[in-house]
Amino acid sequence: MSLRTEPVTMNVGPIHPSTHGVFRMRVTFDGEEIVDVEPVIGYLHRGSEKLAEERTYTQVVTLTDRMDYVASMTNNQSYILSVEKLAGITPSPRGVWLRMIAAELQRIASHAVANGFLINDLGAWHTPLLYMLREREKILEMFEMLCGARITNSYLRPGGVFMDAPDQFWPALNRFLDEMPNRIDDIERLLTTNEIVLIRTQNVGVLKKEECLNASITGPVLRASGVDWDLREKNPYDYYDQIEFSRPLGEIGDNHDRFLIRIFEMRESLKILRQCIENIEPGPVRPKEVPFLVRPPKGDSYVPIESPKGELGFYLVSDGGISPFRCHVRAPSLINLTLLKEMVLGDKIADLFVTFGSIDVNMGEVDR
Amino acid sequence: MTKCFSGEKINELIEEIDPKSVVSTNLDSVHIKPENAINIFSKLKDKENCQFNLLNSLTAVDYIDHFEMVYHLTSTIHNHSIVVKIICGEGRKEPKVSSVVSIWKGADLQEREVWDLMGITFENHPNLKRLMLWEEFPGHPLRKDYLR
Repeated sequence: MSLRTEPVTMNVGPIHPSTHGVFRMRVTFDGEEIVDVEPVIGYLHRGSEKLAEERTYTQVVTLTDRMDYVASMTNNQSYILSVEKLAGITPSPRGVWLRMIAAELQRIASHAVANGFLINDLGAWHTPLLYMLREREKILEMFEMLCGARITNSYLRPGGVFMDAPDQFWPALNRFLDEMPNRIDDIERLLTTNEIVLIRTQNVGVLKKEECLNASITGPVLRASGVDWDLREKNPYDYYDQIEFSRPLGEIGDNHDRFLIRIFEMRESLKILRQCIENIEPGPVRPKEVPFLVRPPKGDSYVPIESPKGELGFYLVSDGGISPFRCHVRAPSLINLTLLKEMVLGDKIADLFVTFGSIDVNMGEVDR
Repeated sequence: MTKCFSGEKINELIEEIDPKSVVSTNLDSVHIKPENAINIFSKLKDKENCQFNLLNSLTAVDYIDHFEMVYHLTSTIHNHSIVVKIICGEGRKEPKVSSVVSIWKGADLQEREVWDLMGITFENHPNLKRLMLWEEFPGHPLRKDYLR
């Protein structure tokens, strides 16, 4: 005997703890099965691109903090690299190493948050999440030493960073590098082979290689599907060409692969941090001749970087004035959502949030 | 290191695909004719020595006397990238280009964003609705003449 079921359309979000901010979906269910998903976004739209046209190049740095607010340092980095290319500024070596250290610390923090909330969405209420947030807290304290702010850093400036690291920063960083591998081991022992995690994440939300590339999906999601594409290695910016690190790849492209990739990348970031500490030398953190009021010549520039979410790039157009004529953000969070519908079709309601969590989007960056 | 082609090299590549479709060659980009865009983009994606399989970014700029579309394309196979630009229509009236969603699915949300904030119509887009703002919103805020 078969029961006749009627599809039901439901509204999920924008205020919902599993939507990582203000994401809204119009979901149609047939029984427990998902038959249609339509993302409705824009609840956090602040018009950052328009605001950037009214500010000087240095002031825009503060706007970039508020886009992806769990990875402010990489946002700063992407924007600054674009400005430096546009204005032809050569940064100071010490400034570059410092901003690479900041960016890699930020990557660890962002991946920790992503994995913590993914496990939280799976139903492991808060214990693994708080383990992750405890480690992130140490990173935020180091950021506080660097620039006085925890989340909205605005640490970078055209030419390097605005302030040298204080003396207490280096012992804190070394202590973190010593402790963190054990903390990651703890998390792995708790979760990676946990049966419930395996059942809920393996072969759920599978993304194929070709689909991924065609939909411009980048970052850990792309690498989880088995494409070796990391801009730190393929198109090195800053001093990543002097750094050695390996790039883990997934095989299936399911939620579990995406979870594992982030764990591996945290370990790789620790390796990169050690090499940065070896290479950094005393000197100015910012060339004296670079003014705070940058006035680039006419032209445009786009420098993509590997942010924790994927390829992040600022397309800047200059008309020769003191503020950008146009500032477009290539937001990985937004573009990684392109295939959300294809990923969850045919799955159960509960898998929707797990798959959404595994893409790791940040609503500040989706809406800008 | 990703090889960024100069404008002249991009011009050569496109001339092979579709002769006389390049309007002007710049330092690191080319402007192509809007009516040839779909043909050129699909060949750029499939041709052996191009294989631009990743659409990095798609955006529009309001240059006051005209609107310009900017496409950043990368090949993950050959690790090279190009920049292609299109001037949409004449002047500011009803800017319009063909949608590239049929070639790269990744253009879907980005084209909706450009339509929403810059007001450029994409022909043959499967679902051209506003993305960030609501349907009744007056005007397109990223245009230079908005609220001026």
